[in-house]
Parts: sequence; C-alpha cells; structure tokens
Amino acid sequence: MNDSSNWDWNPGKRLIAPIGAWAATYGWVEEPVMSADGEQVAAVVKSDEAAFAACVNGEIWEASFDRVWNLRFTADGRLTGLVNDGGMWTVAVDGQAWESTFEYAWDPRLPANGGPIACAAKNGSEYFAVLDGQPWETTFSNLSQLATSLDGKHSAAVVQTVDFSEGDIFKFQEGCYSVAVNGQVWKRNFMNAWDPIFAPKGDRLATTVRLTLLETTIAVDGEPWPGTYSAAWEAHFHPAGERVTAPVKTPKGWQLAEDGRILWERAYAQLWHQLYSPDARRLAAVVAPRFGRWTMAVDDQPWKTTFGDYVSDPVFSPDGKRLAAIACQDGRRTVVVDGTPWAESFDMVWPPVFSPDGRHVAARVKQDDRWRIVVDGRPLPEAYTTAWDPVFSPDGKYLLVRAVEGSGAEAVCQRLVRPLNDIRG
Amino acid sequence: MHAVYSFLTGPLAWVAFGIFFGGIAYRLVSRALLARKRDTAVFEYWSFYHALRSILHWICPFASVNSRRRPVLSVVTFVFHVALLAAPLFLFAHITLINEAFGVHWWFMPDGLADVLTLAVLGACIFFFVRRKVRPEVAYLTTAGDYAILALVAAPFLSGFWAYHQLPGHAAATLLHIFSGEVLLVIIPFTKLSHMFFFPFTRGYMGSEFGAVRFARDW
Amino acid sequence: MLDEPRNTQEQIYDSGIAKGAERLTPEKIQRVIQEMLAGEAGARLKTYVETCVHCGLCSEACHFYLSNDKDPRFSPAGKVKQTIAEMVRRKGVVSVDFMKKASEIASTECNLCKRCAMYCPFGIDVAFLMLFVRRICHKLGITPQYIQDTAHSHSATYNQMWVKDDEWIDSLQWQEDEAREEMPNLRIPLEKEGADFMYSVIGPEPKFRAQLIYQAAVIFNTAGLNWTMPATPGWDNSDMCMYTGDNDMMARIKKAHFETAMRLRVKKIVMGECGHAFRSIYDMGNRALGWRMPPVPTVHAIEFFYELLSTGKITVLRKYDKPVTIHDPCNVIRGRGLHEMLRYVAHAICEEVIEMHPNREHNFCCSAGGGVINCGPPWKMKRVNGNKVKAQQLFEAKSKGAVTCIAPCHNCHGGLEDIIHVNEIGMDLKFLGDIIYQVMEKPEQA
Ligand code: HEM
Ligand code: HEM
Ligand code: SF4
Ligand code: SF4
Ligand code: SF4
Repeated sequence: MNDSSNWDWNPGKRLIAPIGAWAATYGWVEEPVMSADGEQVAAVVKSDEAAFAACVNGEIWEASFDRVWNLRFTADGRLTGLVNDGGMWTVAVDGQAWESTFEYAWDPRLPANGGPIACAAKNGSEYFAVLDGQPWETTFSNLSQLATSLDGKHSAAVVQTVDFSEGDIFKFQEGCYSVAVNGQVWKRNFMNAWDPIFAPKGDRLATTVRLTLLETTIAVDGEPWPGTYSAAWEAHFHPAGERVTAPVKTPKGWQLAEDGRILWERAYAQLWHQLYSPDARRLAAVVAPRFGRWTMAVDDQPWKTTFGDYVSDPVFSPDGKRLAAIACQDGRRTVVVDGTPWAESFDMVWPPVFSPDGRHVAARVKQDDRWRIVVDGRPLPEAYTTAWDPVFSPDGKYLLVRAVEGSGAEAVCQRLVRPLNDIRG
Repeated sequence: MHAVYSFLTGPLAWVAFGIFFGGIAYRLVSRALLARKRDTAVFEYWSFYHALRSILHWICPFASVNSRRRPVLSVVTFVFHVALLAAPLFLFAHITLINEAFGVHWWFMPDGLADVLTLAVLGACIFFFVRRKVRPEVAYLTTAGDYAILALVAAPFLSGFWAYHQLPGHAAATLLHIFSGEVLLVIIPFTKLSHMFFFPFTRGYMGSEFGAVRFARDW
Repeated sequence: MLDEPRNTQEQIYDSGIAKGAERLTPEKIQRVIQEMLAGEAGARLKTYVETCVHCGLCSEACHFYLSNDKDPRFSPAGKVKQTIAEMVRRKGVVSVDFMKKASEIASTECNLCKRCAMYCPFGIDVAFLMLFVRRICHKLGITPQYIQDTAHSHSATYNQMWVKDDEWIDSLQWQEDEAREEMPNLRIPLEKEGADFMYSVIGPEPKFRAQLIYQAAVIFNTAGLNWTMPATPGWDNSDMCMYTGDNDMMARIKKAHFETAMRLRVKKIVMGECGHAFRSIYDMGNRALGWRMPPVPTVHAIEFFYELLSTGKITVLRKYDKPVTIHDPCNVIRGRGLHEMLRYVAHAICEEVIEMHPNREHNFCCSAGGGVINCGPPWKMKRVNGNKVKAQQLFEAKSKGAVTCIAPCHNCHGGLEDIIHVNEIGMDLKFLGDIIYQVMEKPEQA
C-alpha cells in the first residue's frame, strides 16, 4: 500500500475546504471525493454555462470539459476523471487530459501505487485498453472486464476474437472470445471468459472460462485446467504467484479448488471471494455452509456464527491473524471480526479497516442518512454528512477521519486526526 | 371358506395395514429426506400459517375460485371423500371387528347412514368414470391405471354393500370385500392415491410460497 | 401416439431445436434424462408427477388451452403428460423427435405463469415442471434459437441485448443530456456510492426504450431522490438464462447484479417495470446463489411509484383523461402481490380505470412471459394465437370504453402489442412511468 508515514499525523482537526460554499460559486456541485491522505477534496462543478471541471480544495481545473465524471483519487493522490471534450473522450489526471482521445473511454483502473492509469476505449468498432494515454497496438471488436496488475503496468481484458452475427448460436458455441494481455491475445478461444486476474507480480493471468454450455473451468495463461465444472467463480493467485485457487461447483456443492484439484473438502451451498492473509499462511472465503446462512471460512473451517442476508468484503489484518468482514442480517449491517459481530448494527457499512498491528478495526457506517466512524464496534460521537474510510497511522496510534460536517452552504470538509487512546477511553 | 376368512382377517389384514401405514411412513420420510437434500426450498419457505390457510381453502368446497366454477364436481368430490373416509372408519361391522381383536371401539354410525355413504361413493365413482369418458381434457390425461384405481376404490364399497345386504353370493362377496379393501390399503402409498398424504405438503408448500413470499392468494 | 407431431398445427422450424437435435442420439437423451432424474430431480418433481390425479382441473387455468379450442394437449397436465411424465415413465427412453417436441412444448407453450397452481387442488406447479424440461433441453442443447442467443448475450455481456459496456454508459449520458433540455439540473448519477437506491433496468431499455430511462430520471429528480445507476456490467436485471434452464448462468448474472448493488452500498434496488426480471431477482436468481431473499431488498417500479405517490413525493397535476384498463403481470402479481398497489397507482394517475376480468392474482398471462416471446419470430403467431382469451378480455375492456391498457411489464408490453395488432383491437399500451411522467407536477410547473 501507499506509504502513509509522511502524512500529517498531528492530532487535531483541519479544514480542507468549505465545500458548501462551492455551490454559490459554481451553481453545480456533484458529490465530493477525498484523497486517501485527506489533504484534497474534489467535486465535479460547472465552470460555466455548459462546461464542467473538477474543483479541488476550492481551486478549479484550468481546463474544462463538456462532461466530467467518475472523479476518483489514486492511492498517491492524483485526481482522475473521465472527460469528454468536443465529443471525444479521455482520462484527465489532475486537470490534464491525456493527449490521445477516443470515441469513448470508460472503466478507469487506478493502480494501488504510483503506476499507470488504465481504461477501456474504442474508436469506431475497434476496442482496446489504454495505459496512461497509450492504447494497445491490437484492437478487438469488443472488450470488457478490464484488469490491471497491482502496479498498474500490465493490463488485460476479455476480448471478442471471432465475429458472429446475432442469432448465430452455433458459431458462438464454438468459442469466439479470449483474453488479451497487454494487447496480446491468448491462442485459444473460449465460449466465455470471465474475471481475468493478474498474479501479484503481473506476470501471469488467470480467468474463468466456459468451454461448452455445460463445462466451466479456470484457464491460467491461456491453458485450461484439465477438469471442468458446471460453474466456477473468479480465480485468485497465491501471493507467491504460482498457485491458483477458484471456487468450483462439483456434484457435492461449492468447493475450493487449487490448480485443478479440490483443495477444500467441505462442500458449501455457496463459496466465493477467497483471499489469502498477507503472510500467505491462511486462506479464507465467503461461504454459505447451508442455504441462506452466510459466514467466513478460514482454511475450510467456517465460523460458527452465520448471517441471514450476506457476508461480504472480507479483509485480513496485516499480520494475518485476524479476519474481518461485513455481515448483514435482517437488513442491518455490521462488522464481524473472527466470527464475532459488533454489538451495534447499521443501515450501511463500508469495508472494515485494520490497524497496522491488527488490534483495531474501524469502519465507516451510515445510519439514518448520517455517516459515522466506528472503531472496534463503538461509534465515535460525531455524525457526518459524508465520510470516507478511516485510516490508521503507521504506528497505530492515530486514526484519520475524513468527513464532511454540516450540510448545505455550511458544509465543510474536514480532516481529523484522533489519538486512538482518546477513542478507546 | 372359514380358513380363507381367517387368513384374510388375520395375517393378510396385518400385512395390509402394515404396508399401508409403513408405506405411508416410508414415503413421507424418504421424500422429506430427498427434499432436505435437493429441495431445501420446501423447508426454507414453509410457513405453517400460510400452508394451513391454503389447505383449508382447498378442502372446503367453494372456497376456491376453481371450486366455485365447477359446483357439481366440487360437491361430488367433497361428498365422495367424506363418505370414503367416514364409511369404513365409523362402520359398525368394522368397529366390531376391531373391538373383538383389540378391545377398542369408538362411535359408529347407523347402518342406514353407512348405506347412504356407500352408495354415495359408488355414485361418485360412476360420476368420475363418466367424467373421464366424456370430458376431453380429462380423457386425454386418463390412463388405464386411472380406471383401475377407480375400480379398486369402488370394489370394497360395492362388495361391502353386497355382503351387508345379503345379496346372492354374499359369502363370496364378504371375502372379496375384505380382500379388495386390503388391496386398496396396500396400493394407496404407491399410486396416485398417495395424494391422500401428499396433499397437505404439495398444497401447503404452494400456500407457503404464495402466502409468505409472493404475498398472493393461491385459491 | 405421443411421438407423433400434432396434426392441429403445422411444424415450426427453429434452428436451435432442429440443428441441436441433429447432434442427439437416443443414448445421449437417455443418459442425460437419467442423470437429471437421479440427480437434480428432487422431491418436488417426484411428488408433483406422482400426486397428479389426472383430474384435468388445471385445464381452464391455462390461456393456451382456452385459446386453442380447449385442445387438451395445451392443458397444464397435458403438457406434463407429453413431456416430463413420459420421461419419468419411460426412464428416459424417448426418441429424438419426442425431445424436439418436448422442447417446443416447454419453451413455447408455457409461460411459467403459475396460474395453474391456483387451479390445481394440489397446487402442482406445472411451471416448475416445464422449467425442469427446459433444463433437460438445455443439457441436450435443443433450446430454441432466439432465446439461446439471448442467454449467450447474458453470458458474454451480462445483459440481454449484446449491449456493449460503452454503449450502456453512453446511452445513459445521452438520456441525461436529452432530459436536461427539459429539466436543466437533472442528473442520472452514475456510480454514486452510498446512494439510497440503485435503479436497474433490463437490456432492451438502453437499446430500444431509452425514453423509459429518461422518464424515470425525470420522476426521480422531481421527487428529489438520492439514487444511482451503475456504469459497469451488472446493471441489467433481466435474465433469460433463468428461462432456458441454464441455472448456472442465471446465478452468474444475478451475482453480478447483486454485487453491483452491494459495491455501490445502496440500501435497495429499485427496478423498472419488468416482470420476469423481478422473478429473477426476487425468487429464482437469489435462490440459485444461496440467498433466501434478495441480499439487497428489491422494489418493483409498481411498489416504488406507490410509495412516491402515497407519500406525496410526486404529485399529479392533471390525471390521464383517457379511460384505462390494467393488465396484471403475473410475475409481480402472482409473484409479489402488487395488484392493490397497482390499482392505487392507476387510480391516482388516471381519471377512469376499467377492470378486465379475471384480474389480480387470477389474471391471464400475456403469453409473452416465461421466455416465450424471447423464442422469437418463428413462434410469434403460435404465441399470439395461444392467447385469444387475452384478446377477448381486451375487446371487452375496449367495449366498456378503455382506450389505453397499462401493462407494467416489458414482456407483457411486447406480448400485448402483438395481440392488439394481430387481432386489430386498437388500444394504446402504456407503462405506468409513461403516464406518471405525463401527468405529474414537474418543477417548472410548480
Ligand atoms: C381389512 C380390511 C377390511 C375388513 C376385514 C372389512 C370387514 C368388513 C365387514 C365384516 C363388513 C360387514 C359386511 C357384512 O355385514 O357382511 C364390512 C362392510 C363394509 N366395509 Fe369393510 N372391511 C375392510 C376394509 C374396508 C375398506 C378398506 C373399506 C373402504 C375403503 C371398507 C368399506 C366397507 C363398506 C362401505 C362396508 C359396508 C357398508 C354398508 O353397510 O353398506 N372396508 N367390512
Ligand atoms: C385424506 C385426504 C384426501 C384428500 C385431501 C383428497 C383430495 C383429493 C382431491 C383434491 C382430488 C381432486 C380431484 C377431484 O376433486 O375430483 C381427489 C381425487 C381423488 N381422490 Fe382423493 N383425497 C384424499 C383421500 C383419498 C383417498 C383415501 C382415496 C381413496 C382411497 C381417494 C381417492 C380419490 C380418487 C379416486 C380421486 C380421483 C377421482 C377421479 O378419478 O377423478 N382420495 N382427492
Ligand atoms: S402457461 Fe401458465 S397456466 Fe399454462 S401451463 Fe404454463 S404455468 Fe400453467
Ligand atoms: S389439476 Fe392438478 S392433479 Fe388435476 S390434472 Fe391438473 S395437475 Fe393433475
Ligand atoms: S410477460 Fe407479463 S403477463 Fe406474461 S408471464 Fe411475464 S409478467 Fe406474466
């Protein structure tokens, strides 16, 4: 992840921008986004009658566009957006549009670190991916499910390799799709390919493929596993990048397979979103041990507590010892850590965040249309108009809260650093 | 003759009732286990309130739209089923036999009423038979098995009536009666007559799905 | 006798069935059916087939039966007899021709409308049985061509109409631009995390009925709602895989849909006026994934409009003045009991509502549902002629003065359009959204 040690961790509250006042200036202000370090807040605003731009901490981009949307900060604080100028689309980074423009550009992918930004684009009927403004050399008649490696340097997508006319079901069943990695298409075609995913280093790629209407499996670097299943969900690489796991549907139920062999013996009513602990020692997945009950399983051992609606967004603590996820029961959501749910539940909960030492878990929640930050199950007293995910300081002593206080013209975007001791009190 | 009678009312009766009750139990349990394995929905969405609500609407004549649309059939089936169950259960002759064997007895109906019920069942069987012949939508569905089952249902009633009224050949009729009654008991669990014990489940499940999930009536 | 083609109608050619069948052998059929009977066929299938007393009481539930001169082969139990009951009885030893006909019956002669379950004393679910037949046909590769193509589209694009990822976003932005001519501050907020609800539509909307998205945007903006639409696959709530028996694909596209809503952290999904999509989200797709109920509560447009009107979030300026009649879409009426809310909405926005009979839970299906209209042009006339009772109902409503028919379901629209056209009934068809958009008080009028 991004190095947060050089962020401002001095405790206290700092005003980032009085965003409520922007409306008076621009007339049109869309929902704000905030950078990870809480130093910048931005929103799409109208720069004049028919032109849009992003306003960052009160400063508007110099360039304006016919349309700006999907504003998001990269982990290292660059503000990106999809922009349209004179009918051509591209990505703008900190107000600077890429030189290359396209008939359409969409699905921006931001790197976890300072790497390139990717997106999907098309000109005419030619589809391709673009990295930092540089399009792939090859184009396809369709492209979807763009994926990038962690460092953003590699890109891949499911592409259509054989044209068929609508209604030609037999041609389709022969396999007209494949995966292109950095523009290079795999040798083999498939009926379908789904959820391409890079190995951590970006050197390998796995994807779920359907070989026939009834046979689905995982293909790694274009080579399908020998066995097939009636269904399979997205694959996942081992942190070392060699082994690949995927949930597969066998006659027994859903099981976790690794490199084509069953890894988890237990069969579940559902199993998906597997993830490794950072130290690669433990493997967890969202499971339904039986119809309608959801929980997490770690190394094929489901937690005892189950939930009726769903369990989602699992995350391991950095030391790999603890596991947290969102759990929903009777329409109320909470965070569940190692099988124990927080006492309070909320209308909405965002993915939990661990402190670096794994001892604390925080999350932003929404209750009665107000956002709050909850730490270890205890909501902080303040309620906000908007809030973003809290961030722990590298030494685990402070919590960064990024939020909008007040509403309407009074709304201000704040950056608060709170000592954890305070909170634990 | 007497040996045959003893055999029919002795060992064979045991066997018949054994298969009847055992068969029902087996069918229900094995079906429930299968449902556990493959149709979790049946358990997941089962709602006693809505199941019962639906069952009642379909047991009472004229409580469902379709029943109101077919008044004659509704009355006939209702009478048929009530008579079919009541006649043997509350028949003096049957209760006497049971009393002699087990020393238990319960209310019995006057024989005149039993006659009426018996004739009602037989009449209904004729009605069903004719219906199968003349209604194209029923004729299309009808198989030889349907007629055979109808005949097997009618048989104990016809022969029982024959025996009771001492009509010519009543001795043989008595034997035939007992035998046919036993045959009927034996086939119930294994033919479409299993609707007797599956009905609460099929109807109840549909009632649950409609009532508790779909918020709609199913009658 | 069962293997003979029916003499009452000519054979219809469908390349999906015909060419698919060329690859079949009796051995393969037997193996697949036996596998299915030993494997997926559960307690419900067995109990339904065994319990049916062949009484024929379900016949008059079915519009196909009523519209085909009461030909018993079109009765619900008649269809069971010609398909799954026979497969069970013969333990899968059936001919290729038998299977071709079974595919035709299950896919083009049953709308899976479940009306018969309300007429059978046992509640035998013939729709469930016909779906099982379709699943066998899927495994044998003899699904009708057009609906199979749609299922392919779902698998390749996560939507029903081969809409490419960019085309989807582009059409939303285009509708937003258009609508801003009328309502300058209007937004179709894309990818707005934490909005109150995600609005989801079916594949044909961006492609053929974009004005519906426009209207919904105007309605939501007028009501001042906090909503969003996704800019990724997963936006489409429709599902033809549910109807081809491709249960694993059904699960995959529903997963994409629900996970999109979960990613956007919305409290609920509000969906457009579509019946089968509702069934997919509320009944079948969620269950296929192991969710007892939808993980994100799903509200059909009827219910949502009901909420907006009954809480005064939108107000009616002047009611629609032409007399209307209401078509009850099975999937949200028998499927979710929205009939009274539908009437509340209709009465709130229209001067005069003339009922068709039977109605509410007892409505007749439009004959397009259950994937039948998606079987495409080859089957169109069979479908339209298979619903003369609906034509009759519409005629009656018209004779009582109804000028417009409200059908809050896309498939119903398609089906009724054909029925109205072929039978020269001369009636307007509208969605609730069409009328609400037309009659509601908009900001500049306030
Ligand atoms: C184990 C089996 C059965 C035995 C031992 C048995 C025995 C008898 C006997 C002894 C009679 C009196 C006949 C007479 O007075 O001569 C009788 C009458 C009758 N039984 Fe059964 N029975 C059996 C099963 C059944 C069954 C299964 C049914 C119907 C479902 C049935 C229906 C009747 C009827 C309707 C009558 C005569 C009614 C009338 O009074 O007209 N019986 N039975
Ligand atoms: C105890 C619960 C029972 C219930 C709820 C029940 C219910 C029904 C229903 C709903 C029908 C539908 C068809 C119609 O209305 O004609 C039916 C038909 C029939 N039932 Fe029952 N039944 C029961 C027991 C029995 C028993 C014990 C027998 C025979 C031993 C029986 C014999 C029949 C026959 C023969 C028919 C078909 C008539 C025809 O041929 O059309 N039922 N039953
Ligand atoms: S179309 Fe409807 S009534 Fe007819 S058989 Fe199918 S589900 Fe039953
Ligand atoms: S009404 Fe029910 S029991 Fe009677 S024929 Fe139809 S499906 Fe079978
Ligand atoms: S199309 Fe409409 S009427 Fe027909 S099954 Fe679907 S919801 Fe029912």
